[in-house]
Order: sequence, then C-alpha cells, then structure tokens
Amino acid sequence: MPDVITSDGNIRQDNWVVVPRPAEGESLDVPHQPALIPADLWLAGKEHYEDRDDIGVWLDSHEEPEMLAGVVNELPVIAVNFPKFSDGRGYSIARILRERLYYRHELRAVGDVLLDQLQFMKRCGFDTYVLRADKDINKAARCLNFFTQGYQAATDTDVPLFRRRAS
Amino acid sequence: MYVYDEHDRQIAAERVEQFRDQTERALAGELREDEFLPLRLQNGLYVQRLAPMLRIAVPYGMLRSAQLRRLARITRDYDKGYAHFTTRQNVQLNWPAIEDVPDILAELAEVEMHANQTSGNCIRNTTTDQFSGVQADEITDPRPYCEIIRQWSTFHPEFAFLPRKFKVAVNASEHTDRAAIQVHDIGLQIVRNDQGELGFRVHVGGGLGRTPMVGPVIREFLPELDLLTYLEAVLRVYNRYGRRDNKFKARIKILVKALTPEGFAAKVEDEWSHIKDSPTRLTEDAINQFKGYFTEPDYQQVPDVTDTLAAQRFENREFDQWITHNVDTHKKPGYAIVSLTMKKTGTPPGDVSDRQLEQIADLADEYSFGEIRVTHQQNVVLADVRKDRLFELWQAITPMGFATANLNTLTDVICCPGGDYCALANAKSIPVAEAIQRQFDNMDYLYDIGNIDLNISGCMNACGHHHVGNIGVLGVDKKGQEFYQISLGGSSHHDAAVGKILGPSFARDDMPEVIQKIIDVYVDNRTEEEPFLDTYRRIGIEPFKERVYA
Repeated sequence: MPDVITSDGNIRQDNWVVVPRPAEGESLDVPHQPALIPADLWLAGKEHYEDRDDIGVWLDSHEEPEMLAGVVNELPVIAVNFPKFSDGRGYSIARILRERLYYRHELRAVGDVLLDQLQFMKRCGFDTYVLRADKDINKAARCLNFFTQGYQAATDTDVPLFRRRAS
Repeated sequence: MYVYDEHDRQIAAERVEQFRDQTERALAGELREDEFLPLRLQNGLYVQRLAPMLRIAVPYGMLRSAQLRRLARITRDYDKGYAHFTTRQNVQLNWPAIEDVPDILAELAEVEMHANQTSGNCIRNTTTDQFSGVQADEITDPRPYCEIIRQWSTFHPEFAFLPRKFKVAVNASEHTDRAAIQVHDIGLQIVRNDQGELGFRVHVGGGLGRTPMVGPVIREFLPELDLLTYLEAVLRVYNRYGRRDNKFKARIKILVKALTPEGFAAKVEDEWSHIKDSPTRLTEDAINQFKGYFTEPDYQQVPDVTDTLAAQRFENREFDQWITHNVDTHKKPGYAIVSLTMKKTGTPPGDVSDRQLEQIADLADEYSFGEIRVTHQQNVVLADVRKDRLFELWQAITPMGFATANLNTLTDVICCPGGDYCALANAKSIPVAEAIQRQFDNMDYLYDIGNIDLNISGCMNACGHHHVGNIGVLGVDKKGQEFYQISLGGSSHHDAAVGKILGPSFARDDMPEVIQKIIDVYVDNRTEEEPFLDTYRRIGIEPFKERVYA
C-alpha cells in the first residue's frame, strides 16, 4: 500500500488509487478498491457509483474545480494532480474547493509532489500528500514545518498577520 | 521606514534555516538541479556566466545606514568588494559561492534584509518612486502600501509557482511617474475619487521583454481597503489561466491581450466578487499601523539660505550645475532631495565598491536621518538634506565620484550588467554605455541637449528597460557577433510609450557616432525648449533614419 503523508507530518498507508483517464473510445475501468476517477467522468455517470463509498475524484491542473459545485461533499476524497511541481494551478484549485465550494473531506495532492512544496499545499487546504517515490518521506514533517506562521490568510487561517497584530 | 517586529524576525530566521536545509539537500544530490532551481531563485540566487549572482531585495528602494554597512561587509567577506544597484531598486552581488549563500542570508536577516522572491516565477519586490514621502505633489505616501504588498506577497502559498515572474509598482505623484508603473505586470496609481476617498487606479499587463506593452487600466478606482483582495483576484486569474506552455507567452500581458483588457477585467471582477469581503480585506487599523512606520523624520527649522545658496551658485559653476540637475524640491521648506549619481564614466552604471557603500552610509547618517533610497535609474537618493548644508555635502561627495551632475541627462544611462556578467545576455552593455559617456563628455553640450533617457539592455529580457528609453539600445547576437539595435521614442513616465525600432543594428564601435547623429537630428530640428521626446514625436522617425543610414 502506498505511503501517504498527512498535514501533521505523519505517515500512513491506504489503498486509494488514481485511475487514469481512459484513452479516446475506451471506457473507464473502475477497480474494486478505493478509486479516484477523473472528476468529469464521475459527474457524467455519478448514479453508477451511488452504492460505493470508496469512489473519489481527481482533477488535473487545467481543470475547473467549479464543475463540482454543489456536489463536492458527496466525495470522500478529492485529489488534485500536479503534472509538474512547478505548475502552480493546483494551489488555486485547492483554495477554491475549500473556500468557495466548502469542501470538507480529504483533499489529496498527487503527481509531481516534492518536499519543498508541501508547506504551500498545506496552507492551501490539502491534508494528504502522496510524495513522488524517489523523495525521502521521512523529511516531510520537517519540510511541512519550517514556518511557524505566515503573513497571509489562506485556507489554513482566517487571520492574516495584519489582523493578528491589530488585536 | 519599516522596522521588523517579532513576527517578521521569526519568519526571516525560519526562511534562512529553510534555505540552509534546501542548499544542503541540493549539494548532497537529494534535489535535482531543476528542483533546486526555483528554490534558489526565490532566495535570490542565480547561476550566471562566471559565477553565481545573488540579488538582494531592497523593498521599494529603502535602506538604512546600518544595512549599507552590512552590505559593504558582505561584499568584502563573501565577494570581491563591490555590489551593483539594479534597475528594480535591488542590490546584486556578482561573485558569491553557492555554499556561502545561507550564511549571507543569515547576515542579511540580522539587519532586517533578505533576498526573498528577487527572482523566479513569483511576485517580486514591489517598487515605487524614490521621492516618496518627500515630494510636494504626492497624493499620499505610497510606501505603507508597498510594505503591505510586500508582506502579503511574501511566501504567498497560492502564488509561489506562477506561469512567470510578476512585478508590481506603485506611484503616488499626480504629475510624474518615476516608478514606470505602466510597464509593470500590475501598476497601481494612487488616486482620490470625487468623494475624496483614497484608492488605486489599476493597470494590468504592462511589461517589457520580448513583447513590450503599456498596461491598460482595468479598474479606474479601487478603494484602498480592497487592495489585497483585488490583487489576490488578479493573481488567481493569472495563476489559473496564464499560459504555461510557452515561456515567452507566459507573462500576464499576453493573457490580458488574449482576453482583451475588458474581458480580463470582467474575469477579475467575477473572482473578486467571491473574495472581496474575505479576511484578506484590509482594515483602517492595519493601514494606520503601517503608516505609523513612515512618519516624518525630525525636521528642523532651517534658516533661510536663499541668498547664501545663490551666492555659492554664482561663484561656483559646477556647484550651480549640480544643484540644477541633481537636487530636487522637497515638500519641507529648508530641505532638499539630493541624488547621488553612480554614473561616473569608466565605472559600470550602478556599480559601487564596499568603501563607497560605507561612504554612502556615512553620508546618510550625517545628512539625511540615516536613510537612503535606491532608484530604478541605478542612483542613490539622500531624501532629507538641509539646504544650508548642500554646499558642504557637494564638497564631500565630489571626490567620492557621486556628484557627476548628469542626472536624467544622456549620460545618466540605465544599463544592465550585460554580457560581461550575465549568462542570458547576447551582447555586452557596459562598454557601450562607457563609449557613449565618453562621446558626450562635454557637460555644457550635455545640458544643452537636455533630459534624455538612454537605456541599454544586453538582451531581450530588457533589464536595462531599453523599450522605454527615449533612446533604447538592445544587444543582439548575429552569428556570434555582438550588434546593437536602436529604438526611439520610448518613455516610462506618465506618457508611457514603447520605442520604435530605427532599423538594422550596428557594430559596437559605431555606437557613439550613431548616437551622435541621432542627437544632431534632434538639435537641428528642435524648437526652443523642446525636449528630445517632443521633437521625436513631432517629426517622427524618418529624419533620424535618413541621417543615421545615409
């Protein structure tokens, strides 16, 4: 089972798999285990999955999280893919899911997830992370916690530093 | 000027430790070069042609004397004893060792300095007018807003991996724009609306580089409390929809152009409608707290020295020229704004030695409440000099090489480090600047031809802002040979414009003569009191072409 990092830096195992988008003309093959399927395909055939509580979705970095408006909390897990660690769109997607669509369940970072980006992901509302396999998972806790505070409000805090100072 | 509190100090210290850890992992091979790249860039570290280069942030150009002295010490201990003032009010070291950078950053943090986000695809140092707070025609001091933006943009978790770099500039003067806001990704002009309320006119999508553009206005009036939520909306639209498939089309100006300014503005308004009342919305209290750091220094009643100054100017022509060119009007009677020019012929524009940094620090302590400002024209400003001490100051700085009375003239060249230092450059820029300075070494002639912005960049990245020079020079590579393309008619001021290319490029040796011909055309055609740019706009580019390519 793959290792998953949580926002407090702990490591746990689970068996959620990311199901890739099927090729043109092929149908989606959903395995009999917790599965994250492309968000638009889930929306298109949502009624097929109503008897399963182990189906979540994943969004790619160019996709619009707004497509899940109103139904996000039917999903136990949403994953956001970072095709390349330098593609920063996933941070905006996470904040919109949390702060605009009020998504309450697990938000997972997958793809090209490296150690030095974890701190930003955490602040934008992710709570689990599947680190790229060649990275040292034991360094995740340290990399998540270099900073004890930030200047801005984000998903993790409603109180930007300028408001903390004023109080 | 802003002073760190315990929060700032803690964040700065944590940042240094983080980068120390990242550097160790990079040197140990745990981070690939492409993975370390954005981390080091966002800590100011480039790897350049001859050595690494460290770009140190000078937030909106402000420095205290203690910070200058620390910079001087760092250039001695870790570098070759000199530093370079950049065209974005920052300071660069040209020769630090990679493994020393965490220690350099720790030394900077001790004096409340850093190199955060001075490079990389993130929100860069916010810049403003070097005369902020001391000029008479300013609507309000822009620096508290710059500091608010600095803090908001520092390690912003959503915007650390933008499609491309992102630069914000703020201007508060009604009649002049020394911050070139219309050629920034976001340009904020402080304004008052009809009700007398303070706010910003927002330009988005200006920029230089490969596709130079003057930024269109996307909002005529943004109330001041909405500053950060609106910036967040602009950045979010850019982060989500800016192009990431082509580095040369990734700046926000390309997105604004593709959507049209109206289309882009509508997208921002829609995004903003969701977040305008979020906790990021500023409060009156917060703004006042920031304003509290930028109060007036302890100005004295200075005796009226009009007669003495007039006599000194009459007796000493060089002093008179210096006053005319390098000294500006201060909002307080009895005080003056003095620009120290870093453009002595023979030294690369913007370069300063460790000793000069210390001299500037001493001058700041002695004459200007211990503070200086760095300008995007690569000069240094003493903003609060008593008029009764101007003569004494002039005498002190003349032997230091800071009194060349060429501010805003043709030889006050804006120039990037170019091919002598920079790995990106196609051509050298510093020798071109020097050759032109030598061609125009007659001060009387220089004053006669008046204020002319001459900007030189060694490549398309346009660090020397060549597009907005009245005369712009761009280094180009032609089959391994260095050539120089000239453009005319650019401006970075309120009447911002991108210059027009004159024609085929020239060899380096021909440059002084080519510039001379351009000036000759101007002199032959100008009406009385008409500055270069106005003549150009009146007669067009053709007469210049005819003469230069005759």
